[in-house]
Amino acid sequence: MYVAVKGGERAIENAHRLLAHERRGDRDVPEVTLAQISEQLALGVDRVMTEGSLYDRELAALAIKQARGDMIEAIFLVRAFRATLPRFGATEPVNTGEMQVRRRISSTFKDVPGGQILGPTFDYTHRLLDPQLAEGFVPEQPATADASQAATPRVTDILGRDGLIESSPQADSNTPVGDLTREPLSFPADRDLRLQNLARGDEGFLLALGYSTQRGYGRNHPFAGEIRFGEVEVEFFAEDAGFAVPLGSIELTECQMVNQFKGSTTEAPCFTRGYGLAFGQSERKTMSMALVDRALRARELGEEAAAPAQDEEFVMSHSDNVQSTGFVEHLKLPHYVDFQSELGLLRKLRQEFAEANEAVEMQEAAE
Amino acid sequence: MSSTGPNSKQLQRKAAMTVLAHAAAADIAGRLAAIAVPAHENLREPENGLVMLRGRIGGDGAPFNLGEATVSRAAVRLATGEVGFGYTLGRDARKAQMIALCDAMVQSAELSGEVEAKVIAPLRVAMNAERGRKAAETAATRVDFYTMVRGEG
Repeated sequence: MYVAVKGGERAIENAHRLLAHERRGDRDVPEVTLAQISEQLALGVDRVMTEGSLYDRELAALAIKQARGDMIEAIFLVRAFRATLPRFGATEPVNTGEMQVRRRISSTFKDVPGGQILGPTFDYTHRLLDPQLAEGFVPEQPATADASQAATPRVTDILGRDGLIESSPQADSNTPVGDLTREPLSFPADRDLRLQNLARGDEGFLLALGYSTQRGYGRNHPFAGEIRFGEVEVEFFAEDAGFAVPLGSIELTECQMVNQFKGSTTEAPCFTRGYGLAFGQSERKTMSMALVDRALRARELGEEAAAPAQDEEFVMSHSDNVQSTGFVEHLKLPHYVDFQSELGLLRKLRQEFAEANEAVEMQEAAE
Repeated sequence: MSSTGPNSKQLQRKAAMTVLAHAAAADIAGRLAAIAVPAHENLREPENGLVMLRGRIGGDGAPFNLGEATVSRAAVRLATGEVGFGYTLGRDARKAQMIALCDAMVQSAELSGEVEAKVIAPLRVAMNAERGRKAAETAATRVDFYTMVRGEG
């Protein structure tokens, strides 16, 4: 129970004024711009867009600035902004097979058609702090090479041609696409809802769960079949225009995890899959998502589901960092009345305890 | 294929919309300033909203909801009757309005040649140049494996 307490208004107002001052920091230091955040802290912006579940670089940059770099607070701000605009509808599903690839690697096939394309990556860096970056560093222009016209088919499509991997579940035209922003979660949840939940889920939470499956809590032998990052075109069926209109392109990262086999007396054994997709360049996120997606398929694949990452109710109920932080941080709000009643109960229990002890002592003394 | 068939017209409109959606609003405005814009009115006032972006399970399976994006839309009618629609990612409603205006002009027999030559074509060149630049930078990071012979072969 919460109780309204008057008298805090002035303190709150001044606290927010102080927050604004602290947010600005030393006023002799130039103010950071949204373009600087978007361009130079790009992966932070990608994370806020992904977990804020809203693709808009400028808004995500503003949220990071307003939140003083607190990513979960920024995600919270972006989620709240969503509620201020009407939704026109849903886009046509994006085709990641036609991505203008900026990075594309496979750890399963060295000579994957289209090639191993490293793109801008932290991989193979030495993870040594670079003092040059402290100020005024001007990087070299990127190297260029003749772009190949060769297609970059998905690795899973290549495996699928020989039947070596399960095919993706196809749409059932009678079932609408689940949307957890419109209907409350219920269990068991279908894979479309699970993927939506994981896509906006906390990266750290999913990373830990994905890691737990590798350490043996729901082991399923993953290989990074393919990770790709780049631009995909988005189309939206506009009823007024009467056809699917192009909206422009967005940056996405996709991870296809290839996992150990399934099979039965009627079905030849084949690899199984886990899938990850996120806004921007979000490699760790999509890899973790794909591991957890695969773990959550335990029931469907007839596996024993004993590990946390395989428990959809546990995973889906705790993956959302806005919900989590809301409930954890609400403990800061006044609970004075709640606490008074607990305090009263505790005093009563202690008194009973003391009286009982006194009685025992008197009895012992009498004997 | 006839260049006047309804499908080819729709393809032409989509191709123009793709270029415009990729262009910066300031660049579209700059190109539009170079032509005589016909009299027109807003059929739908430019507005901001959201679309739910969809992916597919496994990349090629059933759709799922990935997350939303901001989007702007507008509709414009020329005094000669053509109705154009403008849609674009982002919150720049003025950009959506300019796309709608261009879409209406693309449908006009008198104006489509000029809007294609003076607005769409140069923006398409810029879009393709940008794509080419990115593709060339990306291509330089392609791994060229070579095999080292080990043992007795």
